Amino acid sequence: MKTNRTLEHFVAPVEETPLLATDAVKVDEAPLSLWADAWRKLRRRPLFIISAVMIALIIVVAVFPGLFTQVAPDNGCELANSNGAPTEGHPLGFTFQGCDIYSRIIHGTQASLMVGVFSVISVLIIGVTFGALAGFFGGWVDTFFARLGDIFFALPIVLGALVLTQLPLMRENRGVWTVVLVLVVLGWPQMARITRGAVIEVRNADFVTAARSLGVSRLGSLVSHVLPNALAPIIVLATMELGVFIVAEATLSFLGIGMPGSVMSWGNDISAAQSSIRTNPAVLLYPATALSITVLSFIMLGDALRDALDPKSRQR
Amino acid sequence: MTTSDVTILEAGTQADRPLLEIRDLAISFKTGSGEVQAVRNAHLTIMPGETVAIVGESGSGKSTTALAAIGLLPGNGRVAGGQILLDGEDISHASEKRMIELRGNIIGMVPQDPMSNLNPVWKIGDQVRETLKANGRPSGPDDVAKVLAQAGLPDAARRAKQYPHEFSGGMRQRALIAIGLSCQPRLLIADEPTSALDVTVQRQILDHLEKMTSELGTSVLLITHDLGLAAERADKVVVMYRGNVVEAGPSLELLQNPQHPYTQRLVASAPSLASRRIQVAKQLGVPTEEVLASAETVAVEPAMTEDVLQIQNLSKVFKLRSGFGKSTDFTAVDDVSFSVKRGTTTAIVGESGSGKSTVAQMVLNLLEPTSGKIIFDGVDTSALNSKEIFAFRRRVQPIFQDPYGSLDPMYNIYRTIEEPLRVHKIGDKVSREKKVRELLDQVSLPQSTMQRYPNELSGGQRQRVAIARALALDPEVIICDEAVSALDVLVQAQVLNLLAELQSRLGLTYLFITHDLAVVRQIADHVCVMEKGKLVETGSTDDVFDAPRQDYTKALLHAIPGARLMLPPEVA
Repeated sequence: MKTNRTLEHFVAPVEETPLLATDAVKVDEAPLSLWADAWRKLRRRPLFIISAVMIALIIVVAVFPGLFTQVAPDNGCELANSNGAPTEGHPLGFTFQGCDIYSRIIHGTQASLMVGVFSVISVLIIGVTFGALAGFFGGWVDTFFARLGDIFFALPIVLGALVLTQLPLMRENRGVWTVVLVLVVLGWPQMARITRGAVIEVRNADFVTAARSLGVSRLGSLVSHVLPNALAPIIVLATMELGVFIVAEATLSFLGIGMPGSVMSWGNDISAAQSSIRTNPAVLLYPATALSITVLSFIMLGDALRDALDPKSRQR
Repeated sequence: MTTSDVTILEAGTQADRPLLEIRDLAISFKTGSGEVQAVRNAHLTIMPGETVAIVGESGSGKSTTALAAIGLLPGNGRVAGGQILLDGEDISHASEKRMIELRGNIIGMVPQDPMSNLNPVWKIGDQVRETLKANGRPSGPDDVAKVLAQAGLPDAARRAKQYPHEFSGGMRQRALIAIGLSCQPRLLIADEPTSALDVTVQRQILDHLEKMTSELGTSVLLITHDLGLAAERADKVVVMYRGNVVEAGPSLELLQNPQHPYTQRLVASAPSLASRRIQVAKQLGVPTEEVLASAETVAVEPAMTEDVLQIQNLSKVFKLRSGFGKSTDFTAVDDVSFSVKRGTTTAIVGESGSGKSTVAQMVLNLLEPTSGKIIFDGVDTSALNSKEIFAFRRRVQPIFQDPYGSLDPMYNIYRTIEEPLRVHKIGDKVSREKKVRELLDQVSLPQSTMQRYPNELSGGQRQRVAIARALALDPEVIICDEAVSALDVLVQAQVLNLLAELQSRLGLTYLFITHDLAVVRQIADHVCVMEKGKLVETGSTDDVFDAPRQDYTKALLHAIPGARLMLPPEVA
């Protein structure tokens, strides 16, 4: 010591600063997986509760339309009721063709939801597969899938749909499946991009190297370690895309290249309502509102999921 | 030891009044689950020209205390009680305006991470100028260059025009020191200023910092987790534990005569001190094993002498892309040969970029060598087909550095440890569960840990899980890639003990990759020193530490913090 001042030696009383066992395990709390943790956060969020209730309701309507209306949607149309005001048993009034608006909205839910669900499932299968392979293996595989995706990405959805639906095979079989096909062909690159990014982020993690040195094959480590950890952004995007695809279906039907007129869908109804928009705007308003609420619910759910699954908020 | 006689004489007139005095400081943070006390009853006195070190593990409140002194607590933190007296003025609740006046001029700060504390889109010179300007000092190009030159940056005028990414880690830390000292503050707070740097660079930087502050008569508040470093650099050491100051006193006295049980533990576990103890004990003729035993380490006698692993002329060349279709070669590992005897611990030591991890990856058969052979148990591993590699994986297992990254966050602990058994199709569900329970016992984790997820465990516990997973297949060789570098001192000592115990019980062979020579001294039988891809020295641990032949090894040994401390062996 070179200082000429004496330094006092302070010791805290041991009773006030007891030593804890180094590195003790907490055993009192319930174990928490990513999903349990996310669920704990979600169930307290109003955004999640509202959107989940809405979506549950929409699904029930789509599966059991008979629970909500006794009026048959298409063969009960009487021209006498054209643009008629709401009456007993017909709470939203009638369309130009004299059909019950309420009944048409209830029965139209099924087609819209089916297009959304099947498009998202197919996009998930194709987009996640391509994106995961591209991100995990990199190199020329990545280049190939990235360029392929770019080609489809560059096509505007309406233009692409116009061209695709004019193909003879598609024109003859118009229905839910052709719309799904069009949406999947034009929609998968978005999912592939998100998956690729998420996979690249995880693939170099130590636990992947650890799994490989345990003897897990490359593909095995992709499936069992990389993908589950890359799932969060994929789920969020899938939820939001569901809403987006339902809107896209309505857009295509509105343009006359989506569902055939015989299938009841909100897009067809909105399209048909154009002619009477001045005399009876309600005809347009109701299916459009149903569409907005459905899409909003899915996008809100996606938002809530994104917050709950954010890994940065998961540190204790 | 920092303060030179000259400054004491100069500062003698005001030496009776402390520059910074912290009294009964309490700091609390608002969190989702209410107010949490981070620091309690902290007290600390820094006299002008004095260097004081705060030592503690992560979460002990050492950085929080220092941040409170400069008024930079995060938004949810507040001083809940006590006083912070700077030259007699209580600044614990000073206005933001007053704090801005003080910062830079009176109190300077050198932050921890040189990689993230410089703005990447600003030139170094501009960042220095910003500080000078903010404190109303002349800020022309010459002044900036002078400040940088004083911090030991060669060719400062040219360097000032460069961006942070053009600087090495050590140079960035020098730039940060230059910024911290640019306005000649009376107190410099250095928060782990060198923990991200290699030991030899760390030593240069600290030497330079010491020289500068003693020339300027600056007081230094040094925050560190390394007791050896603190004792070597500071006049006085303050030990913090769980938000409390548990012991404070002159640094040497504290090491020789620790009173509080926590300090005693810390002194016993700090690798830098332990390796120093071995060194001193040797000179006095005390066998190494005895000293180690006092630090609760199990000594291992290498019984067998068969080479389980032979590395012959191993090289790895990476192709770096440089423009169109061109590539330059980068030799990460250059003609490395050594062998590992069964049942012993061989350490590969080197600084960042020495190629030590690349060697580990090649031994694990995760990277293909460019040339050379790795012979495991008499068989060349590069010639194995995929089935044989699968079998090889059972016998050689890794433990990685980052206990936060090496466990899959989606797997619970049971699935994590069971995975190797499942992959290699060993046993049925019942026997696998039994094995997992046994493994948890072996690494001293309660069996109830099985249902937990990695994010619920601490760093040391995760590392234990990683060890359990590595042991699941009853391997013969375990490659520890910086396996204890990310852990706090006490936890590190526990994990090292566990590894030694497992070795003696199961006859394991370790290949230990590390940058920390102090740890090597404690556990290794043989040492290979690597520099820039080349093996510069190899030999038994005693030989290398007692009589290093190469200058590089000497420099490395000399740079261990605490290497210059004169400690009697009975300090433990």
